[in-house]
Amino acid sequence: MTSALTSAAGPQSGDQIIVEDLVKRFGGFVAVDHVSFRVGRGEIMGFLGPNGAGKSTIIRILCGLLRPSGGRVLVAGIDVANDPERVRERIGYMSQKFSLYRDLTVEENLKFFGGIYGVPRSDLAERMRFAIDMAGLGGREKALVATLAGGWQQRLALGCAVLHRPPILFLDEPTSGVEPTSRRRFWDLIHTLAADGVTVLVSTHYMDEAEYCHRAALINQGRLIAVGSPEELKRSALGGELLLLESASLGPVLAALQQAPGVLDCSVFGNALHVLVDDAAQALQALPAFLEQRGLQPVRLQRIRPSLEDAFVQLIAVDMAKRRAAA
Amino acid sequence: MRFCRLKAIAVKEVLQIWRDPRSLMIALLLPFTQMFLLGYGVNLDLKHIPVCTFDREGSQLSQALFKHFQASQYFAIVRNVSSYPELRAAIDAADCSLGIVVPPDFSERLNDAGAASVQAVLDASDDNTANIAFGYASAVVSGYASDVQLTQIDRQGRTLQQIEPMVVQSRVWFNEDLESRNFIIPGLVAVIMALVGAQLTSLTISREWERGTMELLISTPVQPNEVMFGKLLPYLVMGWLDAAFCLAIAALWFGVPYRGTIAALFLTTTLFLFVVLSIGYLLSVLIRSQVGASQIALLLTMLPTMLLSGYVFPIDQMPKVIQDVTYLIYSRYYVEIVKDLFLKGSSITELAMPIMFLIVYALAVTVLAARAFRKRLD
Repeated sequence: MTSALTSAAGPQSGDQIIVEDLVKRFGGFVAVDHVSFRVGRGEIMGFLGPNGAGKSTIIRILCGLLRPSGGRVLVAGIDVANDPERVRERIGYMSQKFSLYRDLTVEENLKFFGGIYGVPRSDLAERMRFAIDMAGLGGREKALVATLAGGWQQRLALGCAVLHRPPILFLDEPTSGVEPTSRRRFWDLIHTLAADGVTVLVSTHYMDEAEYCHRAALINQGRLIAVGSPEELKRSALGGELLLLESASLGPVLAALQQAPGVLDCSVFGNALHVLVDDAAQALQALPAFLEQRGLQPVRLQRIRPSLEDAFVQLIAVDMAKRRAAA
Repeated sequence: MRFCRLKAIAVKEVLQIWRDPRSLMIALLLPFTQMFLLGYGVNLDLKHIPVCTFDREGSQLSQALFKHFQASQYFAIVRNVSSYPELRAAIDAADCSLGIVVPPDFSERLNDAGAASVQAVLDASDDNTANIAFGYASAVVSGYASDVQLTQIDRQGRTLQQIEPMVVQSRVWFNEDLESRNFIIPGLVAVIMALVGAQLTSLTISREWERGTMELLISTPVQPNEVMFGKLLPYLVMGWLDAAFCLAIAALWFGVPYRGTIAALFLTTTLFLFVVLSIGYLLSVLIRSQVGASQIALLLTMLPTMLLSGYVFPIDQMPKVIQDVTYLIYSRYYVEIVKDLFLKGSSITELAMPIMFLIVYALAVTVLAARAFRKRLD
């Protein structure tokens, strides 16, 4: 399928998550349709896509909560279908719906998960301190979770998920319903964890949050339609990189650019031109000289960064068109 | 099974119970109120049956007959009426369930022929009560009749050589006073423990599903056994408290004699609690909704325990098919045990059979519950 779009990250022994040809059916409904991807150690992989695209289903399969209908899933090198319990010892999970005990205090929740994960008694106090500091919940240890604001609840949930130092974290829409400043802070936490070597798979329906990921996978109707770094995704969405060109003489410039090397497309955009090139850095150097040779001068030539949201909307539109054509 | 996980579950459960007034109410208030309500409410002894008298003669002899009724603990004369319609009205209004009518020629016939009759009018809408009341009334009347006979013989200056060819000298064992309360109240403890125990645990797993905490719990390495025993343990302690409470009320408040050992009571009660708590837990695992699980738990504990455990209705008087069915009713074993411990003071070896059945039941239900617990969403 879209093999050209899937990232170059090849099979490495360091891959903490390996998903091959994963299929999940609920009755006649195909929720996950032949999905393959890999995530390396210390990498933050974002799962993006509309609601109901299958993001949560894939994460639940990775946690051993749902049985795959087909394909192979290795987490920390262990086949989830065969040995879910060994996988569960090595992962931390934040489910989409808040699932800590609201009628317990911050401290009681942490102690509970400490016990469940068998955190040694000698380490527990230090691990709890770490989680409380990380979540910024110092002084709130005795507060009932029900009384905490959404952002704090989510950070506590992350704290509970990392209490046993899992090498792999699955976070299912951890920032949904959380105010923007808290979201930002949450992503900082994720980056801190990844810097320590924790592999993070995080889903979100905020498209802009993909910018915080090392790589992002775009999922639509159960299919993985693109994987790559945010830059790669934008490029693949547009088929190249975008430059903005302002000039006194738009018409001649437009005509000249049609023959310029490396230029894929060119269109008038207000009183400027949008130039699609295969490599922006190269074009920024080559184009002024190319135009000067033809007696033309750009007033301004600069790279513009399309938003990821634009890129995703484009990618999903292309995917839908393909599906219609196939059907 | 790892102790740290079991402990984490148990501690969490205790905190949740403590902060959930609903569970606490079921656990503490329900047994208390039930014990008193049912303890006083269920009584099979007929005493102070309301009686209306219709004295058509108004003689010394007829009044003496009524005195015999009044003196009996089984009857209480509530009204004296002076006509049949009045008597009928009293029975219709349920003011009395027995009417005693003395005919106008009562003394005359008694003196002349030495044989007179009185009429008993019975409200037989409850046939059992009517039968018993009639039996008691006949006894009172024949008691009076022999008094009259003796007086007459006495008056004639003769002494009566009493000839009684055969007599039964009865001696009642275990429930010496033939108090139905002594028979019912030990069984009542079983009914209440079955009801409360299953209610408590029927909420535990379904609550986790309803609140969304189950998805996270099953993503951890926790084992089904650890969840089950971790959750059952706090309720077992609560069950012990409740049982001690109910048994103390039975022995100290209602004065049912206790003749067994405390160790035997503790062992068998623990077994029974394990069975009912596991049944509630199993339902909670299977049904995943708090309301649904507690409704079914009510149905599966209350009804069979009330009707088929032998708590009120003796099993050996049931039709054969129903008797066979009662072997499936876990509470029949505990009812049997607790009655024997209270009234007979049986030892553990004498109770080996019902204890074995309870052990088998407890094992079967816990194995089923542990297996029913799936760490998957699909």
